[in-house]
Amino acid sequence: MRRVVITGAGTINALGHDVPTTLEAMREGRCGIGPLDIRDVDRLAVKIGGQVKGFDETEHFNRQQIALYDRFTQFTVLAARQAMAQSGLEFRGALADRSGVVLGTSGGGLTTQDENYRVVYEEGKNRVHPFIVPKLMNNAAASHVSMEWNLRGPSFTVATACASSNHAMGLAFQMIRSGMADAMITGGSESMLVFGGVKAWEGLRVMSKDACRPFCATRNGMVQGEGAGVFVFEEYEAARARGAEILAEVVGFAMSSDASDIVMPSKQGAARAIAGALADARLDRGQVGYINAHGTGTAANDKTECAAVADVFGTHADRLMISSTKSMHGHLIGGTGAVELLACIMALRDGVIAPTINYEEPDPECALDVVPNEAREADVDVVLSNAFAFGGLNAVLALRKAE
Amino acid sequence: MNVREKVIEIIAEQAVLDPSDVKPEHTLEDLGIDSLGLVESIFAIEEAFDISVPFNANAPEESEFDISSVEAIICAVTGLVSQQA
Repeated sequence: MRRVVITGAGTINALGHDVPTTLEAMREGRCGIGPLDIRDVDRLAVKIGGQVKGFDETEHFNRQQIALYDRFTQFTVLAARQAMAQSGLEFRGALADRSGVVLGTSGGGLTTQDENYRVVYEEGKNRVHPFIVPKLMNNAAASHVSMEWNLRGPSFTVATACASSNHAMGLAFQMIRSGMADAMITGGSESMLVFGGVKAWEGLRVMSKDACRPFCATRNGMVQGEGAGVFVFEEYEAARARGAEILAEVVGFAMSSDASDIVMPSKQGAARAIAGALADARLDRGQVGYINAHGTGTAANDKTECAAVADVFGTHADRLMISSTKSMHGHLIGGTGAVELLACIMALRDGVIAPTINYEEPDPECALDVVPNEAREADVDVVLSNAFAFGGLNAVLALRKAE
Repeated sequence: MNVREKVIEIIAEQAVLDPSDVKPEHTLEDLGIDSLGLVESIFAIEEAFDISVPFNANAPEESEFDISSVEAIICAVTGLVSQQA
């Protein structure tokens, strides 16, 4: 089977507008979560989020692009520019036909929906802008990336709530590994920090009003974030032949479904996905040095995830590190796994493990090394990235240090 | 309909029971109401009485709103309704 490597990475999120700034923030354990600055925030009970600040769309896009790009598409295209620049890849001829885009998102163009429902329902207008549909559709971001860089092969969007971008990246990996494609732009994006998006989450009563404290005994819920993470995945021999810098190798992927509950996670479902990713990568569990946790900071997720890790790894669970960077950038829902993959690359390439910040006191039900509050230097060869979605859809990626 | 009757009606509907089968000493667990059923019940209570119920599903025991039994919920709702009046 063919090998798959990552040759480009890009991001915009609450911690930074590019990869170096984001990784620096993760190293320093900086928190990107703060007061939300959105319309009608006074009508929300949850007033915090990992919002992208200091972002001026007119600095990055022209008037026609802005008319067609919802905020989630803008985040995607911006991150894709960075990833493409780093990879140095150009899509022409046969390579263009054998390369595509698979991106994850859950809400798609939610900003566009929110704004335009206001127009017709709140303001009572009977006319909307002609581009609402192409702007709000979930595949808009993937399509604009394919157009901007001429990727003419298989492209689509994956929506599996909080696991969307892990599912997307896993599929991109499988498509290259199996020979179906030669290079893929993949990752995910989310921009749900609008009145309707936050209000809907508020209803479920799982949101924290003060901070995201994964694995901590005093945790009281999740905090939403926004942004994008986009990567260039490439067939290993081709990447090596053109002398591309390899950030990490993707070595395994597994998906599972809990088939049990629409919101409550299952230890068995999570454990099957983790064990499945190891088996797919033909790795021994003892080789895993770090897991980027799903770690939402809800009561249910964190204890279930820790129990699943303990189940799969046995005594090795006490030797590996597991952290949740959601404590810093918030939960980007359909884009979260993509931003979290950056922490995996940092662990493998730079030997720095991102911390779980806001950690106050241990929870006996989360008794693993969660790298509390401060980043740690460590030489790790293999890492996992967990994503466990509402609806019980799980996706776990395995990555190895570049050779 | 008073607060007691209305709360029991809401809980009974969630539990798919006749209101007469819901007793004050019952816990939500006794009635087969799970975490989703609970947040739905709280929503129905908020709508019925036009109140805001302080409840976080992550830390039910730390919420100011006591859900330990049907009677506790009725007391808590009565308190919130009187505060509002």
